[in-house]
Amino acid sequence: MAGKKKETQTFEQQITRLEEIVAQMEKGDAELADSLALFDEGTSLIASCGKLLDEAEQKVVQLMKGADGAPVEMPFDTEDETDG
Amino acid sequence: MDQPIYQVSQVNEYVKALLDGEPILQDILVRGELSNYKVYPSGHHYFTLKDRDSALRCVMFRSQAQRLRFRPENGMKAIARGRISVFPRDGAYQLYCSGLSPDGVGDLAVAFEQLKEKLFEEGLFDEAHKKPLPRYPRTIAIVTSSAGAAVHDMIRILRRRFPAAAVVLLPVRVQGTEAPAEIAGAIRYANRWNVGDLIITGRGGGSMEDLWAFNDERVARAIFDSDLPVISAVGHEPDVTISDFVADVRASTPSNAAEIAVPDQMGLLRWLRGAEDRIAQAEETKLQSCRRRLQTLAEKRVMKDQLAFVQDRRMLLTHLHQRLGDLSSRGVGEKRREFSALAASLDAMSPLKVLSRGYAVARNEQGIIKSYQNAPAGSRIEVTLGEGTLDCTVEKGRP
Repeated sequence: MAGKKKETQTFEQQITRLEEIVAQMEKGDAELADSLALFDEGTSLIASCGKLLDEAEQKVVQLMKGADGAPVEMPFDTEDETDG
Repeated sequence: MDQPIYQVSQVNEYVKALLDGEPILQDILVRGELSNYKVYPSGHHYFTLKDRDSALRCVMFRSQAQRLRFRPENGMKAIARGRISVFPRDGAYQLYCSGLSPDGVGDLAVAFEQLKEKLFEEGLFDEAHKKPLPRYPRTIAIVTSSAGAAVHDMIRILRRRFPAAAVVLLPVRVQGTEAPAEIAGAIRYANRWNVGDLIITGRGGGSMEDLWAFNDERVARAIFDSDLPVISAVGHEPDVTISDFVADVRASTPSNAAEIAVPDQMGLLRWLRGAEDRIAQAEETKLQSCRRRLQTLAEKRVMKDQLAFVQDRRMLLTHLHQRLGDLSSRGVGEKRREFSALAASLDAMSPLKVLSRGYAVARNEQGIIKSYQNAPAGSRIEVTLGEGTLDCTVEKGRP
């Protein structure tokens, strides 16, 4: 994980890493310096995952087959009702 | 009697004409058990309908056989429709079958069971082929009709639960003769262009006929061949289709598929907050335990004061001095004995003590002699006794 920027990680990778960190820290057998580093990494993962969820807006398209066979994205009208 | 003599063909033609003139035999339904069922390369089907006591030969020509919606099998109870006529070449009458359907259950039900069994035998339903769903999909491909409630239900639930996942709709017809090819094609297309992390395919509720596309072998095989995990979501809860068996996950309804496909964002946010508390707690515990360990170490006298050991010894010494001082101020005889006892305890482990019990130590220039081999004959050695020393010459060594 070291050296890999978290921007390049998918949400799934970030959550998975976070789960590892929580488990490892709760086991409590890491060296103090390591556990501080884990704590920092964990906190920043939580912040970035939380931000992604808070700011997420659903994107919906429908795909049509283009002339060359490749998919072409077209808008798709969703029912803009609010959820009950 | 001058009876006329007929040709064989004349007889057969006569009987044929008789039967063909009988209205009841022109369109008749016959119930029986299929046996000796044969499909000829010509495409015509030949079989026998039997009951306990009797048999009836039947033929179904290619054009009718092609319309069969199930695969007739020997032993199957069936109802055949057709007309009875004579096949003049053999002089045998038979049922010219225009339709055949399973007795007791509908032909769709039989077709369903047959395809299910066939694909099961081929291993298309094996758990080993089931792919896990991504826990947090980035893009969800939906293969269904763009009309109808199902697609909107799914999009709404996906938005409510996990808006971070994008939705890509591949619109297809979900009923009618074109539907199976379109659904199968869209599933393959989604794989070919890798348009999502998983596929949901299905439709809202309807009759068995309406849902039939999802019992089509082409759709089943497209789902099986999909590298992207597939959730099958057809009809209502009790509806089960072949797609459900082949798919990696079966959802009871399209809405249920949307719930399965993504995690609930509220739960996820709660978990994130929990994780924050948990790692903070773990870090606090860690720090506390480090602090405690440090303190315990600090409280050990060796660590507190490197001279502690020496001090302990010094205190013992002072104590002994005091005792000695006490002794000098008491009666000499008693005190000497006390002193001897005290001294004995002090030198209990001293080599001198050992010597005083009658042992001796032999030395030469190399040091203490532990083996006769280190003291050759004629060499000089020094022997220390409990009291005094002897200078000796070795006469002879023995092992």
